[in-house]
Amino acid sequence: MGSPDRESGTSANNWDWEKGKRTIVQSIAPKEEDLWQEEAYAAPDGESFAAVVRLEDESFTLRVNDGRWEETFEKVWYPRFAPDGRLTALVMADDEWTVAVDGEAWEERFAFAWATTFGPNGAIAASVQQDMRYACCLNGAPWENMYENAQDYCFSADGKKTAGVVQVKSLKQADLDGFRSGIFTVAVDGEAWDQSFMNVWTPVFDGRDNERVAAQARLNAYDYTIVVNGEPWAATYNCVWEPVFNPATGVLAAPVRQGGRWGVAFDAAMNWPASLYQCWGLQWSRDGKNLWAVVAPEYGKFTVACNNKPWAATFPVVTELALSPDGTRAAALACHANKDYKVVVDGKPWQGSWDMAWQPVFSPDGAHVAALVEKGGKKTYLVNNLPLDESFTEAWTPAFSPDSSSLLLRGVQNNALVRVVLPLKDIH
Amino acid sequence: MGIADRRIEDGNLMQAVAKLTPEKIKAAYELVTKGEAGARLSTYYQSCMRCGMCAQACHFSISHPDDPSYTPVGKMDQTMWKLIRQKGEVTPDEVYGMAQIAYTECNMCKRCVHYCPVGIDTGFITSLVRRFCYRLGVVPTYILDTAHSHSAVMNQMWVKQDEWIDSLIWQEDEARGEFPNLRVPLEKEGAEILYSVIAPEPKFRTQLIYQAAAIMHEAGLDWTMPALPGWDNSDMCMFVGDSEMMGRLKRCHYEMAQRLKVKRIVMGECGHAFRSVYDTGNRWLGFKDWPVPVVHSVEFFWELLTTGKIKIPKKFDKPVTIHDPCNITRGYGLMDKLREVVHMLCDKVVEMSPNREHTICCCAGGGIINCGPPFKSVRVAGNKAKADQLAATGVEYLVAPCHNCHGGLEDIIGHYKLGMHTKFLGDLIYQLMEKTRAE
Ligand code: SF4
Ligand code: SF4
Repeated sequence: MGSPDRESGTSANNWDWEKGKRTIVQSIAPKEEDLWQEEAYAAPDGESFAAVVRLEDESFTLRVNDGRWEETFEKVWYPRFAPDGRLTALVMADDEWTVAVDGEAWEERFAFAWATTFGPNGAIAASVQQDMRYACCLNGAPWENMYENAQDYCFSADGKKTAGVVQVKSLKQADLDGFRSGIFTVAVDGEAWDQSFMNVWTPVFDGRDNERVAAQARLNAYDYTIVVNGEPWAATYNCVWEPVFNPATGVLAAPVRQGGRWGVAFDAAMNWPASLYQCWGLQWSRDGKNLWAVVAPEYGKFTVACNNKPWAATFPVVTELALSPDGTRAAALACHANKDYKVVVDGKPWQGSWDMAWQPVFSPDGAHVAALVEKGGKKTYLVNNLPLDESFTEAWTPAFSPDSSSLLLRGVQNNALVRVVLPLKDIH
Repeated sequence: MGIADRRIEDGNLMQAVAKLTPEKIKAAYELVTKGEAGARLSTYYQSCMRCGMCAQACHFSISHPDDPSYTPVGKMDQTMWKLIRQKGEVTPDEVYGMAQIAYTECNMCKRCVHYCPVGIDTGFITSLVRRFCYRLGVVPTYILDTAHSHSAVMNQMWVKQDEWIDSLIWQEDEARGEFPNLRVPLEKEGAEILYSVIAPEPKFRTQLIYQAAAIMHEAGLDWTMPALPGWDNSDMCMFVGDSEMMGRLKRCHYEMAQRLKVKRIVMGECGHAFRSVYDTGNRWLGFKDWPVPVVHSVEFFWELLTTGKIKIPKKFDKPVTIHDPCNITRGYGLMDKLREVVHMLCDKVVEMSPNREHTICCCAGGGIINCGPPFKSVRVAGNKAKADQLAATGVEYLVAPCHNCHGGLEDIIGHYKLGMHTKFLGDLIYQLMEKTRAE
């Protein structure tokens, strides 16, 4: 149910944007001849859905609309559409695992493969293990070097490289000294940095040239910092969260904790003073002028801040921060203990509260916002602070047309998969 | 008598104190008492009357009746009160003793709070002493290793991501032998329930995952299990005094649930993990409440049984007794629901005395069992009180809805030759429930 990513190869230009509702599949209900059918996933363009099915011979495959993948497997799970519409799943045959894309399994097989992820320009990666060695497998090609453990993969901005956290030495049982000696680092395309650390988390590429990678690191039990291409910042902190590169200037920003409060450091110098009770989920605008974050200016009171200016309204929990394409506007979800969800746009909560809500989506021109919400088991969409009349038993996040004139809804009504294109001028 | 008379050797404790200097000790003292503890500590310190009422509360002092150094006030006196009196000027040897007391002679069970006329929370004081020791690296080896594991792989048993998923797929396959259409739905977005466990389940107690899946399946629930990190709800970092890593773990746990858009997290039968999500980890992150509700198994099973989603055609016919885990009963008030569940499952229940919020701790919780073999004798000797209490019930079966309690009680049962068997609620429900969807 993920939303199509604006930067990861979605070609919404080619989708059908003609106004109206089309039934794609009359019934997505399980077919009698199958033993069972699992959850449905809709393609980003709404033209198909997929679900794992177990066949009478107890093998597994994917149902796609009213057809099926030809090949069957001993096990299939994690069906996910790539942003460009290709359908992937994790599959096992002859006790070996790999990723299948549009029904074709990658040639390389592994003792285990999991956690398919999608990157820019059609990149598909998965975590793989062979002979108890771990690596990232990008578009079917695993890193040449495999490690004692590897996780937390990310893509470069062109989708050609991957980086991940790797464990470069093994540990004996309760090997405290081994752990303290620093056995974790980042590998880029399988090449580990020379320096290693006690802990490393969440590597990220500098998207300008994909030559720099930064990550959170713990240097010893108490000192945290950010490392860039293996070099730690000169400053250390009580704690840090995920760093992000400014896409225009390359400045590296990270939430850092000092004296029990959070702020944001830019290239190791404090920029937002450490006065916040929480600060995470940093996002730069594409022009690099605005830095947004989820923050708690007071204990228990969360909101969104831009360039260290928090919105006035605060909430017990704030999640799913989304920026407009030009980075001047933001939307997020607010809730209390996972209930009473509200969509908050530019600091103002929209009317109504919901049992669940999904990340709001901005139109390409930044003028409109839409979000999928759920109440009492029914899903509907909010557009510019108004709920649509259509409701669905299942639905997926909305998408705007490239010219920002229409909205695509994908959902299930009376068991049928439908696809609705609504011109924005027709809404209310 | 005091801690110096009962020193137990532990590799990391010895190694860490050898590196201490007066400056390091003083700095850790200042950080914890002035930077972090705040007014609550000084209020407690100033209001403790040394009246000794708390001595009757602690299973350690009940089990060592002639040794006041095991009383709550005795333990505070040898640790935090001493640090305050001496303004942090204590020797490395004394720090060793403080660590031994804080990590292995106080379960942070908070029973003594109920006995103290001024409400002093020795468990809280112990957590500060642990924080002080952690800042000096003076932590028992085995529990520190679990905290390291948490930081590296987000679970306490060094379980790698594929091993976790493989365990779930394996248990799903096993359970299909009994329930042909059973699924352990992985990463199902929008499910009503996300089921989370502690890392010893995939490592040593996979049958509990099987049982949970069978119960969910029989009840016809919309549920999922996560395939990615965050699935382990336990938190040894909370117990070693590594607050920063505790926060990181809880963030990972909550964000996993938020990512999957589930309505609530249901967690297996674990006490300390529950405390880490409703009391400590959430607050360190800046949340007043929890960002995603977490339902303990006791409450969840109560729901299933009272709504008829799970039916018990015939109750367990042997007498059982109930152990109230501190973190979910004294800490969270689940004692009534626990009793209702046990009465719905068992014909004859013999109550221990005292019970409910006055429950005597299993002596494994608070991370003590995770300090490993060197300290096992401390645990069993420190809980003769519980052994006497168990023996007085005269029953053979003991229900304890907490992993640490299980481990600790089994050790006590073995050591004192009580001949009892421990059961999780999930064991009983799986054994007794009507299995309409089984082959
Ligand atoms: S073990 Fe429990 S009763 Fe004993 S001192 Fe610690 S918190 Fe108090
Ligand atoms: S009962 Fe309270 S006041 Fe009395 S000695 Fe114990 S902690 Fe101090």
